[in-house]
Amino acid sequence: MYDRPAMPAPVHPAADGQAPARVAPALAVSHLTKRFGDRTAFEDVSFEVAPGEVFGFLGPNGAGKTTTVRTVGTLIAPTSGSAVVAGIPLSPANGDAIRQRISIMPENPGLYLRLTVRENLELFAGLYGLRSPRVRLDAAIEAVNMTGRSGDLCGRLSKGLRQRVGLARALLNDPEVMFLDEPTSGLDPVAAREVHGLITGLRERGVTVFLTTHRLEEAERLCDHVAILNTQLRLVGRPDELRVNLFRRSLVVETAVPLAQPEAVFTSEAGVDGWTLDAAATYVLRVGDPRTAAPRVTRALVGAGADVLSISESRHSLEDVYLRLIQEDPEAQPK
Amino acid sequence: MSIDVGRLLALARKEVREYRRTPFVVGAMAVLPIVFMIAPLITIFAIGPSAPAAPVGKAVGSTFLFLLIVPAVIPATIAAYSVVGEREQGTLEPLLTTPVRREEILLGKALAAIVPAVTVAYVLFALVEICAALFAGNPTVSTTLREGPHILAEALFVPLLAMWSIGVGTGISARSSDVRVAQQLGTLASVPPLAATFLVSYQIIPPSLWAAIGFGLGLLVLDIAMWRVVAAMFDRERLITGSRAQGVAVSGGGAPPGQVRRIRAIGGDGGG
Repeated sequence: MYDRPAMPAPVHPAADGQAPARVAPALAVSHLTKRFGDRTAFEDVSFEVAPGEVFGFLGPNGAGKTTTVRTVGTLIAPTSGSAVVAGIPLSPANGDAIRQRISIMPENPGLYLRLTVRENLELFAGLYGLRSPRVRLDAAIEAVNMTGRSGDLCGRLSKGLRQRVGLARALLNDPEVMFLDEPTSGLDPVAAREVHGLITGLRERGVTVFLTTHRLEEAERLCDHVAILNTQLRLVGRPDELRVNLFRRSLVVETAVPLAQPEAVFTSEAGVDGWTLDAAATYVLRVGDPRTAAPRVTRALVGAGADVLSISESRHSLEDVYLRLIQEDPEAQPK
Repeated sequence: MSIDVGRLLALARKEVREYRRTPFVVGAMAVLPIVFMIAPLITIFAIGPSAPAAPVGKAVGSTFLFLLIVPAVIPATIAAYSVVGEREQGTLEPLLTTPVRREEILLGKALAAIVPAVTVAYVLFALVEICAALFAGNPTVSTTLREGPHILAEALFVPLLAMWSIGVGTGISARSSDVRVAQQLGTLASVPPLAATFLVSYQIIPPSLWAAIGFGLGLLVLDIAMWRVVAAMFDRERLITGSRAQGVAVSGGGAPPGQVRRIRAIGGDGGG
């Protein structure tokens, strides 16, 4: 029921004013499937991520988000399908080359707790074969505001600071695509906000970020596009587009006291397709265009002698989209 | 197989730093060798000046056996921790997301374990030789300890036994989900090659140049075979998910980026 025309590939205008040139996606996944024996982790997943965007990958626990990241991150082999990661086709032979161009931060940053922040990063700088490791290390540490703590043992850092070190590690190789798996899981609001700031900073630097999360407000705030997965891909789109396309537009009218004859007031107005009582004196009006319907409804209410407290367009969050999808699609129920 | 020395050294350096800050490893490296040195020294010093050749040979044999237990057992416990320990800490997955090859991980970990184990074993052997020369009541003890075949056997068997222990310990660690089980099995699996040293040490097979070389070559073949098996077991998917990769090799080129079909895409002007 949510099928929509396929979203076109990103296009950027050509410099010479001719036909716009298509920019190759940073990540293109086509019909990718992963099975473990007779258990399907994810199936027939296809999407594209444009360079420099933050792409949210949402879904309930067990939906296959982490397995998808591991698969396109070359840690596990897909059962079928294909993908192009950072411009390189996903294949066993290309594993090393892909890993050189991407970075993955798992849900648990996985730091060596007996090593200092700098020692942790030195190891990964060595593994990536960085030519000027000291410069890159300093830059990565500075990017996550850990300059004063680089000599601390990671075991003595708070969870929020460990996430920062994990992000610094993910920045070391200057990745084209960065996969962040639940980067704010278990963090308090302040620490989560810091991570959000770091992700915003990554976007400003042009890094493509693939963000798996089940914090919908996080996805809504940070992501250019989101996909909702539950073994199969359910939706792909911009958060605002998802809201507009999934929910009919509506006005919320609040009056001081309940209307004596709401049916007479609302149904007489063109542009109001129907209404429901949301609370004692709060009405939700289904409308085609809130901008033209709102003045008419206001006039009708004033004409009927109603004491109007507020008239506003109903706002739906990404959470509303997600919950509606879960409720309406039996296959999308949490497992 | 191309090995990047920089990656190898980065891994080995990390391992050594972790060892230094892990009391269990420091203890295993320091205490066990001392125990295995004191026991044979007591045996050697207990031999009287006029003791016949047979008990002297037996004492020297047991000394060699004790000294060869050190390179076999010490790295086994460390190696058995190496992979399952990383998995328990959650550090294995980030490590595997880098371009490091499995051979480099194995060799880096092996290098960090074999260098201290072999060094400790050689130092112990030197100390026993010095103590025997200076303090042994029976001069035959010292001369027997310095016989060419014995020294050659010690020189060859120490690194080969350590290689075996590290390899088999790493292999067990890669397949294990519990550190304690891995360490027990790793220690147990490090013992069988000591049979060869037992035969030479107790002169069941008389110690000679060719016996030392022969057993050395045998251990080398075993080591190479075992390392091949361990390298094959060291599969990224298996290490992360616990099961062997069942996927097919995905098509090299995949679909052209522009032709990737979107599923239930919403919106029309998206950029990704």
